[in-house]
Amino acid sequence: MKFPFRPGTPPDANLLDNHRPLLRALERRQLIRGGLSLGALTMLTGCDFQKPASVEAALRKISAFNDGVQAVLFDPSKLAPTYPASMVLKPPKFNAYYDVENVKPVDGKKWRLDVSGLIANKAPWSLTQINALPQKEEIIRHICVEGWDYIGQWSGVPLRIFLDRIGADTRAKYVNFLTADNYPSSIDMATAMHPQTLLATKYAGETLPDPFGFPLRLRTSTKLGYKNPKWITAIEISNTFRPGFWEKQGFSWFGGI
Amino acid sequence: MHWVNAIAMLIMITSGWGIYNDYVIIGGLHFSKSLRLGDWAAESLLWHFAGMWFLAINGLAYLLYGAVTGRFRERLLPIKMSDVLKTIDETLHFKIAHSDITHYNAVQKLLYLVVIAAGMSQVVTGIAIWKPIQFSWLVSLFGGFQGARLVHFLGMAVIVGFLVVHVALSLLVPSTLWAMLTGGPRVTGPTARAEAET
Repeated sequence: MKFPFRPGTPPDANLLDNHRPLLRALERRQLIRGGLSLGALTMLTGCDFQKPASVEAALRKISAFNDGVQAVLFDPSKLAPTYPASMVLKPPKFNAYYDVENVKPVDGKKWRLDVSGLIANKAPWSLTQINALPQKEEIIRHICVEGWDYIGQWSGVPLRIFLDRIGADTRAKYVNFLTADNYPSSIDMATAMHPQTLLATKYAGETLPDPFGFPLRLRTSTKLGYKNPKWITAIEISNTFRPGFWEKQGFSWFGGI
Repeated sequence: MHWVNAIAMLIMITSGWGIYNDYVIIGGLHFSKSLRLGDWAAESLLWHFAGMWFLAINGLAYLLYGAVTGRFRERLLPIKMSDVLKTIDETLHFKIAHSDITHYNAVQKLLYLVVIAAGMSQVVTGIAIWKPIQFSWLVSLFGGFQGARLVHFLGMAVIVGFLVVHVALSLLVPSTLWAMLTGGPRVTGPTARAEAET
């Protein structure tokens, strides 16, 4: 069979034999070079190749804009639906950035709540003092950013009453929290003043179990689960924005529902 | 409008799959990493809540345009059951003619209406899932938070199903592709003629 791109007479077979070592060397070099660039490519996909920093920055800017939209959508007087005690999940669902076995219980007797920032009374609080404040109970739905939900029964002192007791300047923008599990968090003042926002000390009528934040945790009815820090050790009233644990990794700061 | 929607839809679908994975609706159904937009939920959520503006604003503009110009009434209505059956019958006999691309057959009309409704439903259920307390009345319409999530998921399935058929058919009838890119030929239907006379 005659191919149009091949010479009519075949070349001398010795020609190939003479050049065989050179061809081998070339092929080997090709392989090494090819391997190197392939390796370089996999490294590229691992960092800035697929995800330019500018895209990430733009998305975070939109998220910050959405935080503003969420603040506008938030109605400070709208109460979340409440449910009968028969629907309460016991025990509640545990979720953190670590497993439940790694929870480090807090000693309630030694525990103190530090308060700071734009407030009149900066004396720390003991658990006995906090338990002496007016109490409120609510059965509300907990919604996680992952998509699951359950109904929980929480009691404690409404945060607005506590803020009043420490003489907080409620014109400040933020209420910032520090916790024993190194999970900083912050919420807007409007949510802090919402009647269903509690500094919770009890679940289903019992003292908070360790995995759920003993002795003190935040429980808001109008924010996603990750906006409810547990094992609170310090509260600061401030105009300084301090993003929390998950927010630094890209989750929305407002996290309103 | 079509292409803003196409890109926004793809962003919403693929980032939605990334969010879905954290708490699956259908046991065993996970979306693999290559299909997802965003390496993990936080990134997918950033994409989803950015894409929503493009989808919703573009979609709203499209609905207003379609309603005000009468395009919906002219192109998508009326749909007669007998026409639908006729088109199905013709298609099954491989009579797939689309010579006048400004005129939709009954099945096309029906599918376009379904996908427009699904798109609107996605926005409504999306708001319900995003703000289940602020719009608690909306959530109760869907039988609770998980109900809204389920309807949002099913809406996605309808849109993805439409997309598969839509893309496959447009590739089968290549003349439509040029129209999608350029906006299509000038319509000289009864409305256009009536406008020319006045």
